[in-house]
Amino acid sequence: MSLLAEMNQKALSLGIPISVHLDITYRCNERCVHCYLDHDDHGEMTTAEIEDILNQLSDAGVFFLTLSGGEVLMRRDFFEIVEHARRLLFNVKLKTNGVMIREPEARRIRALGVEQVQISVYSHRQEVHDAITKLPGSLKRTVEAIRFLKSQGLKVVIANVLMASNLFDNVGVMALAKELGVSYTLDPTITPRMDGDTSTLALRIPGAELKQVFRSQELVGTVEEFCAPPPPPGEDIMDGFPCSAGHTACYITPYGDVFPCVQFPLPSGNLRRQKFAEIWRNSPQLKEVRSIRARDLPTCSTCAHVGTCTRCPGLAYMEGNMRGPSTADCEKSFQRTGIPSANMLRGRASSAIPLIQIQAGSFS
Amino acid sequence: MVIAEKYIARSSAIAARLIGGEMMIMSAVDSTFFTLNEVATVIWQSADGRTALSDIVIGKICPQFEVDPDQAGRDAEQFVNDLSQHGILMVSEQPILNSPASPPEAQ
Repeated sequence: MSLLAEMNQKALSLGIPISVHLDITYRCNERCVHCYLDHDDHGEMTTAEIEDILNQLSDAGVFFLTLSGGEVLMRRDFFEIVEHARRLLFNVKLKTNGVMIREPEARRIRALGVEQVQISVYSHRQEVHDAITKLPGSLKRTVEAIRFLKSQGLKVVIANVLMASNLFDNVGVMALAKELGVSYTLDPTITPRMDGDTSTLALRIPGAELKQVFRSQELVGTVEEFCAPPPPPGEDIMDGFPCSAGHTACYITPYGDVFPCVQFPLPSGNLRRQKFAEIWRNSPQLKEVRSIRARDLPTCSTCAHVGTCTRCPGLAYMEGNMRGPSTADCEKSFQRTGIPSANMLRGRASSAIPLIQIQAGSFS
Repeated sequence: MVIAEKYIARSSAIAARLIGGEMMIMSAVDSTFFTLNEVATVIWQSADGRTALSDIVIGKICPQFEVDPDQAGRDAEQFVNDLSQHGILMVSEQPILNSPASPPEAQ
């Protein structure tokens, strides 16, 4: 077991939230077609509120801190926040579109000891990338930012969200990442908007094309292994839980709402009214999330894919039931292996289930 | 007891947290990950740039863990050399002024 895996195991056994994703703003200078956020400012936390939360997170044992948004640099106090986080010795990862990063910003990010900067690139073709971000010139600015960050010796990862409009541009983005000397990660997950609007789901990659993506050796490694039929699940699988959400990780909105994960908008408390430790330890919602094991999932526990599926409990929650299937993941398992999921066999359609609507800051 | 006078300070290019009595440290330079046992954690927490390594060993390690001063001194030197090679600790024969912030609070 690696040291990192040991640390995660220890955090799990001690109930420590080792990773927190904090969105410091939902404001953004891009208007990406697939974005799930409302970019208006409904009363973001102040610098003092965020610094107080960072102090609480440090006390709670948080080690990995992801600062994201919105666009993090839209906040004028962005560097003040990062400086405070680094003073508390968090391992800080930033998610940004890079448009506002020039050489001075890159130098400052480096000087603050930020571990990694993840930047979204949708296509190597300007017309495709800029059409997705709806910001003319954004690909040029983003690539320049990556060069500035690299020149400072920072670790940069290109995150390539794949959807119907940039399908197969992953090859060009991978080549761009190689040319820039940075890492590459691909994500074909498109989620509903947090306000319940499901129109973004129409942007998802159609199933047949997804199958083609999963057979790209450059992306998945050994295709035969990646696409192999799932082995029968053992007891350990049935006693396991799906992911770290609510167990060793959680998400905090710019309004202080605490969710199990950025993709799992289950209101579990608000940091303007409660202390983080109180929410983390006592929230009935987080306790419920923690109680769920694979054997408790009515449909998925009977599914051949139960041990290998990437089932996201947050996406399942957004489909109406955190113990239910996440149809996007059913589709991925099917396209990967050719074996229909239990949910598919039951003929359930995701579009027939109303989505839960979340209002930011509405938790009480 | 053979301990060359050394002063040690924590690098600012690290992330660290005390979890369940063990200090977790990650270098921001090369992402190398370390966990320190209780003795090493005491040395790490005492690395303020002003206290000599020998004083840390004699004043904190020996009384707290009831270990032989010579052995503790040798182990401490080895530990400090290892971490300094990864850029986790700064080592000097003179006190290190302007050393980074105080260590994270215990859990």
